[in-house]
Amino acid sequence: MVLTGLKANDKCRIRNVSGGGYARKRLYELGLNSGAEVKMVKNDFGPIIVSLSGQKLAIGRGLAQHIVVDKE
Amino acid sequence: MYTIALVGNPNSGKTTLFNVLTGSNQHVGNWPGVTVEKKEGSFKHKGAIYNVVDLPGTYSLGAYSEDELIARDFVIKGSPDVVINVVDASNIDRNLYLTTQLLEMGANVVVALNMMDEATNKKIEVDIQELSKDLGVPVIPTVAAKKSGIEDLIEGTINAITNRSNNVEFSYGPSIDENVNRIADVLKGMGFNYPVKWLALKALEGDKEILSLIDKKEGIGDILESTKSDGIDYELDIVDKRYSFINSIIKKGVKKPTEEIVTLTDKIDKILTSRLLGLPIFGLIMYLVFQLTFLVGSDFLGGYVETFIGFIGELIASGLESISAPDWVISFLIEGAIGGVGAVLVFVPLIMVLYFFLAILEDTGYMSRAAYIMDGIMRAVGLHGKTFISMIVGFGCNVPGIMATRTLENKKDRMIAILINPFMSCGARLPIYLVFIAAFFPDHGGLALFIIYAVGIAFALLFGKIFSKTLFKGESSHFIMELPPYRMPKAPVVLRDMWEKVWDFVKRAGTVIFAVVTILWILSVFPLGVEPYSQDSLLGKIGEFIAPLFAPAGFGSWQASVSLFAGIAAKEAVVAILGMVYAGVSEGTELVTAIQAAFTPLSAVSFLVMTLLYTPCAAVIATVKKETNSYKWAIFMAVYPFILAWVMAVLVFQVGSLLGF
Repeated sequence: MVLTGLKANDKCRIRNVSGGGYARKRLYELGLNSGAEVKMVKNDFGPIIVSLSGQKLAIGRGLAQHIVVDKE
Repeated sequence: MYTIALVGNPNSGKTTLFNVLTGSNQHVGNWPGVTVEKKEGSFKHKGAIYNVVDLPGTYSLGAYSEDELIARDFVIKGSPDVVINVVDASNIDRNLYLTTQLLEMGANVVVALNMMDEATNKKIEVDIQELSKDLGVPVIPTVAAKKSGIEDLIEGTINAITNRSNNVEFSYGPSIDENVNRIADVLKGMGFNYPVKWLALKALEGDKEILSLIDKKEGIGDILESTKSDGIDYELDIVDKRYSFINSIIKKGVKKPTEEIVTLTDKIDKILTSRLLGLPIFGLIMYLVFQLTFLVGSDFLGGYVETFIGFIGELIASGLESISAPDWVISFLIEGAIGGVGAVLVFVPLIMVLYFFLAILEDTGYMSRAAYIMDGIMRAVGLHGKTFISMIVGFGCNVPGIMATRTLENKKDRMIAILINPFMSCGARLPIYLVFIAAFFPDHGGLALFIIYAVGIAFALLFGKIFSKTLFKGESSHFIMELPPYRMPKAPVVLRDMWEKVWDFVKRAGTVIFAVVTILWILSVFPLGVEPYSQDSLLGKIGEFIAPLFAPAGFGSWQASVSLFAGIAAKEAVVAILGMVYAGVSEGTELVTAIQAAFTPLSAVSFLVMTLLYTPCAAVIATVKKETNSYKWAIFMAVYPFILAWVMAVLVFQVGSLLGF
């Protein structure tokens, strides 16, 4: 499934980022790389917000749809 | 003298540490060839002087943005004796990513493990010795905001100058390592200023800067070509490997709670970023900022400055008369210098209060939330959410506002953000509004100010939409932004930030505005023999020549025309000129009375619309030229707002007149 399919407080592990061009590497560099554990904080309107070991990141919805995850 | 570079993520407390280290021994310049701010300072320790360079805050040292290029160029080419890497201990995993890159570059790194107090609050425990051993460099715990650990950090840094310790060898797994070595072998002896292994790694990562430097070299192209078919995604794999190195270190040296604790930030964010309340709260905050600016700045503080400037003026005037100085000297000093520059300086308290509140918003971490909340609206008009941050910076001054667009990596997003930034009303335009508000709407000052700024935002958004549909079509780049934890604003940071900007304003009054005022004073007394500041002077003739253009907008007087003309040099000059031509020695009240006589409420509104929207000042146009590297866009920046402003001002006046205002 993709990141936007998660509800608030769901946890998941990142499998990979399937698109997004230039932004892909930035996501990796910010710690959203394969295997990273991520918690969904907010997914209602606009960009989603995830927590990565306490660090909050806002990610545009379009880009978040390219992030393939395994729900835990 | 030794040079120390400060490197760290945004929000890692790097700037706070820089301030603690260097105190007031700072100066701000620009990096050669670019407009990125370069902050330098120094401190003394046991008789030796240490020069500290604060590099731009970055997450990585790739070629992603100009900031990152500057930081990495300085680490390599600036050959600092030590690089202090400021690491946010409460967010250690991601912060160490930058550390791994510094180690790859072979920099002489000392890690300042900052924000130890926040880490403790989050129940994160760090084994400093273990971490230091695994990274192969000194690690020193600090809390820069509370000035703790600073002595140790200075000792450790000085010690590192002579005892270089970075000697950890990285492994990225056999296949990457092999290719790094192959490329490095070819590059060896070619006389590069960079470590060859780092060059090789960057080339494999697909770093365009480095590739353009080496891919023409013999043998390199073949190796790079051969790596394309081996099924490895080098770009992302190398990032993954850095993170596995970090994870192995974290496992050994850092203890973290398995469950995330709900922090105060989470609770505040529930409200401030909520779908229903986020936008109204943001509006309310901005409204309060302007309301308070008006209340504290003009009613409370403003009076003193005004009285003081009036007092100085009288003192100088009577002094000059007593030594029977020539009339022209008195005229220049009193009507020109003090009248013009004084009219601008009167607004220092207001500017101070506005900058104070903007600095607080910035320091608390609210700005990134504002960008988050606005992303929807911004995207609806074809803009990137981050554009909003550059817009808010523009409230202070459009020059840094335009520079702040550098965080937008997509050319289209950036161009639009640059072209709409001047609609964000800057601090220099504030005095104009204040004079007119004091003259016509004194009872609703805060509201009037809020409306002016809101109209500016509305035009910025409108033109964002227009540009994204016409000049710059295409997709906006993706939105990725960190939402740092809320922090209590720290008085020294806020005050320093405010002071730097206020001082800049005062300096401009003393230099640019003084120069403009001098030129206009000369124009006002020639041809010799005319009544100074009269319609017969050169100044009056110029005004008279332009005036018909503004007649349909209701302010076709030579005085208003000449002030708008001067405003293209610098916006503060508008009030300075009005002060000179209307009031002589222009302490506020006198100028306000003159304005009341010369304008009607309706023509005042159309004049305000004109000053809000028309051609930005020379400094902004020069910045647009620098940032876009094109005269075409600089000219465009000067022309289209003027046409827009004129049309809007005429519309306001004509429609208003029809409605009987």
